[in-house]
Amino acid sequence: MAMACFVLLALLLQLIYDGMGRVSWQFLTSYPSRFPSQAGILSAWIGTVLVMFLTALTAVPLGIGAAIYLEEYAAKNWMTDVIEINITNLAGVPSIVYGLMALGLLVYEFHLGQSFLTAGLTLAMLILPMVIIATREALRAVPPQIREASYALGATKWQTVRDHVVPYSMGGILTGMILALSRAVGETAPLITVGALSFIAFLPHPPVTAEFPFVSIQWLFDPFTVMPIQMFNWVSRPQEEFHINAAAAGVVLILMTLAMNALAIAVRGRFRRRIHW
Amino acid sequence: MSAEVALKTAEALQLSSRFLTNVKERAIESLLLLAALTSVAITVGIIGVLVYESFGFFRQISLVDFFTDTQWTPLFSEPHYGILPLVSGTVVTTAVALAVAVPMGSLIAISLSEYASSGVREVIKPGLELLSAVPTVVYGYFALLFVTPALQAVWPEVPGFNMLSAGLVIGMMIIPYVSSVSEDAMRAVPVHLREGAFALGATRMQTALRVVFPSALSGITAAYVLGISRAIGETMVVAIAAGMQPRLTWNPLEPAATMTAYIVQVSLGDLPHGSIGYQTIFATGLTLLLMTLVFNIAGHVLKKRYRQMY
Repeated sequence: MAMACFVLLALLLQLIYDGMGRVSWQFLTSYPSRFPSQAGILSAWIGTVLVMFLTALTAVPLGIGAAIYLEEYAAKNWMTDVIEINITNLAGVPSIVYGLMALGLLVYEFHLGQSFLTAGLTLAMLILPMVIIATREALRAVPPQIREASYALGATKWQTVRDHVVPYSMGGILTGMILALSRAVGETAPLITVGALSFIAFLPHPPVTAEFPFVSIQWLFDPFTVMPIQMFNWVSRPQEEFHINAAAAGVVLILMTLAMNALAIAVRGRFRRRIHW
Repeated sequence: MSAEVALKTAEALQLSSRFLTNVKERAIESLLLLAALTSVAITVGIIGVLVYESFGFFRQISLVDFFTDTQWTPLFSEPHYGILPLVSGTVVTTAVALAVAVPMGSLIAISLSEYASSGVREVIKPGLELLSAVPTVVYGYFALLFVTPALQAVWPEVPGFNMLSAGLVIGMMIIPYVSSVSEDAMRAVPVHLREGAFALGATRMQTALRVVFPSALSGITAAYVLGISRAIGETMVVAIAAGMQPRLTWNPLEPAATMTAYIVQVSLGDLPHGSIGYQTIFATGLTLLLMTLVFNIAGHVLKKRYRQMY
């Protein structure tokens, strides 16, 4: 056991050692380039942030809604069974299969193109089962007495869920959301199939504009790239210098996911301390 | 008279507000059901797209060719459409991964469930969870740039792309998964079985290996089976480190392509929508989905069984 941890630690240290020298302000604020020393990850990390925004916007409400239905509302009938079995199986589908589905359906059938919108929706579908499973676990941890007390005071089902069950399980729900999103940050394969570009030397249209109505949705339809795609591109090149860039991108990527995991652990700890049944 | 009217209005108001509340409750329930049904829609979408595009593929290529041809060269001037080379690549990398993950995962599970103090567990478990937080493309980097050179240092004739390094790294990747499912299974074994063994004078190791392990066997098998399904579906590590030439070989030291790697390779290029080359990735994806589905279902059946046993 110690050996497995040790090997992994050694690999991570090696990655940091290789990549750390390359992580700099210039690296974070430059576009990819033919010249390894001038290349950077600006379009990649901005792409990751925008795609994650779309993913969260879609998967979080859908996932929480589905979980509330299954935990609080669903009757014990065949439809509930179908939904439950379906979610368990979806969680085991390889991520690249989601990419194929998105390619056939979103890109060509719905004509969304190889865009931010497609990427965000693809990852949202991918993490939806995770979000649902995590939220259900959190909801289940709320003791039934809380619900009964609320009904006894004349609250309706939705009032009970909205004012008691969901707020009390917020810690678990938030933790699950963050962990699911941190999985999505590192996902590469499904985004390759929907057509991520690995060489984008421009930024998407800004989501906020100076003129009325101040928000623009133009960026949704721009071509996209994300951090792991950029790293994959650099790893696949034969030149040594690009491998160093890949290591640097890997360091930034790992920092992103680790930061999200740390945040999840902190959230879990905070809520656990505050609630005593 | 006016008091009566006021009473009636109040009653009507109360009724209508109750009616409104009811409508609202119903509407919310339907919305939530709709959210739950999106997951079913996703499944329908996946199966629909894969089957539809594969159907186009199998109209031109017979199933017999697909399963018996030993060459997979859809993009060459003389195309062959035999899935076997991709399957062999997948089987070899998965086997290597299991050779790593089964012993390591089981050992970790045994030590966590039977030996470790709760303090140690509190440190190790989140540590293992963090392992699964590392993006797969980073594992691919490790496989290509650390593991392969390390293998070359031992056997200089190992090529730059090979299935062994990809398999080893996938094995490391699925260790946390295998160990956490096996540990759950072993902790579900009732304490009185352990106490019985101790009372008969068994040592800790004898208890762990001869009593707890066999009792938890169906749960542990479930862990292995679900691990297999993970390894089959893993994409980035093989795409980066195993090379992308489909070839029918069982030697892990050779480069080869898996089903997932082939899909990535085609997606990186620019195949026209609707061409047979485009359809091949859906036929491959369907094969992949069916393989993982079999293992997933088997795993869940086994998992249910150990829950029922005690």
